[in-house]
Amino acid sequence: MDALDGNAIGGLLHEVFGTEMTAAIGTCATCGAVAPVAETMVYLRAPGTVARCRICTSALMVVVKVRDVNCVDLRGLAALEASANG
Amino acid sequence: MEGTAVRGRLTWQVATVGQVIDETATVRTIELQAPDWAGHRAGQHLDVRLTAEDGYSAERSYSIASAPGEPVAITVERLEDGEVSPYLTEELRAGDDLELRGPIGGYFVWDGWHDIGPLLLVAGGSGVVPLRSILRHRGRTGSTVPTRLLYSSRSLPDVIYRAELDRDNGGGVEVIYTLTRAQPPGWTGRAGRVNAAMLAEVAWPAGQDPLAFVCGPTPFVEAVAEGLVGLGYPPPRVKTERFGATGTGAAGGS
Repeated sequence: MDALDGNAIGGLLHEVFGTEMTAAIGTCATCGAVAPVAETMVYLRAPGTVARCRICTSALMVVVKVRDVNCVDLRGLAALEASANG
Repeated sequence: MEGTAVRGRLTWQVATVGQVIDETATVRTIELQAPDWAGHRAGQHLDVRLTAEDGYSAERSYSIASAPGEPVAITVERLEDGEVSPYLTEELRAGDDLELRGPIGGYFVWDGWHDIGPLLLVAGGSGVVPLRSILRHRGRTGSTVPTRLLYSSRSLPDVIYRAELDRDNGGGVEVIYTLTRAQPPGWTGRAGRVNAAMLAEVAWPAGQDPLAFVCGPTPFVEAVAEGLVGLGYPPPRVKTERFGATGTGAAGGS
């Protein structure tokens, strides 16, 4: 299956973070690559939703919905900063 | 917090279907009357949620087809094995209600006012939808930024918004079609997939500081983005949005 990109989880991330996140800048904790969330590789049925680093393919964000609660794992990110343009 | 409009929160709201426009044999534009809609930026998308009587629900993302300031509209392509798009393109009627939330996205957006260099829009199939919002916004705001749309489509009858795009052609906007599967007799336009050679001919030179928006199926976007970077476009000047053939990407999910 082809990966989508972070645009596809704009709604989910807005739900989780309470704000627009596709223009936020993430730093990969594995390889240090810095990129907008919109440019991550996204798999919607992984199971759960997984956003991976486009450079090293490490998992940056994992969101799994369990009984209407979003369980969020951000350990793959060293940093996540909201964009001024967001 | 559904049903309560908290500022900054993304909440589901009920919209009523207005006019429905058949764009091609498999693509339909659905205008929505959304009283709680806060307005949107060109290039953004929204989520649609359908709920069956047994409580099963499915969500899909669709790019917004209308310009900021216009009533919100989406353009949906029917995917034969889709769960949501057959309903939206065949069953839905004016006056029906639909649950949606949005607008969504702050990356694949064009506000217009900050641009110096020319604008390059590259669409694969229904990836043209958010780019049409950008083109409409450009027209409505009186922007004079030189703009090219390179639109890859299977055949001429599959071109979405063709009448409108042909009207736009000229007057600061150049529309270039490339037909990948079938060309009508006497076709003098481009044929075949977008590749590095075609981009080299069509894309603004990197030295003009162009801004590119690329939207389409994942392999299409990867190829175009790679081609533009190969021509010297800095990656931050190439904004991309991918959708899957059966997935739920932002531009034309199933």
